[in-house]
Amino acid sequence: MENITPQLYALLVFMIVGSIVAIETRNLLSAVISVAAVGFALSVAFLFLGAPDIAITQLVVEVLVLIILIRGTILLDNTAVESHRDTLAVVTSLIFFGLLLGFGAMIFGGRGFPEFGEPLMRVSRVYVHTGLPATYCANIVSSVILDFRAYDTMGEATVLFTSILGALALLRKDGKRKEEEVVAA
Amino acid sequence: MKGMTLIVKTITDFVVGFIVVFGAYIVLYGHLTPGGGFAGGVIIACAFILLMLAHGKDVAYSKLSEKAAHVLDSAGALAFLLIGWFGVTAGFFFMNTFGRGEAFRLLSSGMILPLNIAIAFKVGSSLFLVFSALAVFRRRSFRAMIEDELA
Repeated sequence: MENITPQLYALLVFMIVGSIVAIETRNLLSAVISVAAVGFALSVAFLFLGAPDIAITQLVVEVLVLIILIRGTILLDNTAVESHRDTLAVVTSLIFFGLLLGFGAMIFGGRGFPEFGEPLMRVSRVYVHTGLPATYCANIVSSVILDFRAYDTMGEATVLFTSILGALALLRKDGKRKEEEVVAA
Repeated sequence: MKGMTLIVKTITDFVVGFIVVFGAYIVLYGHLTPGGGFAGGVIIACAFILLMLAHGKDVAYSKLSEKAAHVLDSAGALAFLLIGWFGVTAGFFFMNTFGRGEAFRLLSSGMILPLNIAIAFKVGSSLFLVFSALAVFRRRSFRAMIEDELA
């Protein structure tokens, strides 16, 4: 674990800087590009941590989201955000920054972080040890999400299905009601 | 001329088949190598989105029409549910009753392979639908919508 930690820290700093740029920039297109850079750095971080499944999914979804967001952004006439930020937003972000510093002091001042992957929980230990003999599935991630926790995956599929349904209902060309009116007229 | 330039169209025609094959590989070998139904489905959706970006909506809809995408989306969700209910015949919901086979082979691990294929159909067609909804459907301002509702 020790030999990849500097790379991980570099990626983390890059992601934090990219997020700040995405928040602070006035141009929507620049913000979208910054968010995409953060996402790609995150997929590289997953690869360093030994999670190729998550890295593949993150990479592919990032590409798709980038296409959709750029498409949605350049369709707007005006990509610059002019509204100045109000005092409430500044005060809230200052409060949360103070909370972040406080929690950081609590963690680093006291016990410190646990070792990476150190408290291997009881449930995940069962998955790791019985994954192959119970499901005969070579990919442990697939055996968890589609066998041990297939019920969770069904919930996730339902969420996706419902959100697509809602998006199509909101974005379709014209309401069905109007077509009927046109036919009646 | 609809879509992008001739260069983009030629490269797209050359590449799209390979992208679909790669997505199918990611789906079918999801229980053996990294990947799975979600990632493979998104890769296949990206192939059709590339077609739509390069050639315009008519060519993309001739390969996968909007109606077919709706049907595939719903069929994937239903297949997922049916495979889950198939487990009830032997015990409980989502019980892995299919033949387990031999580990590290393509036809192994029971219901995980069919579930991966169902998720791939669902995710791929629904993401294609979202992109077509954002790219093709005529954009209307919210003000016009509200005025229509009030009228």
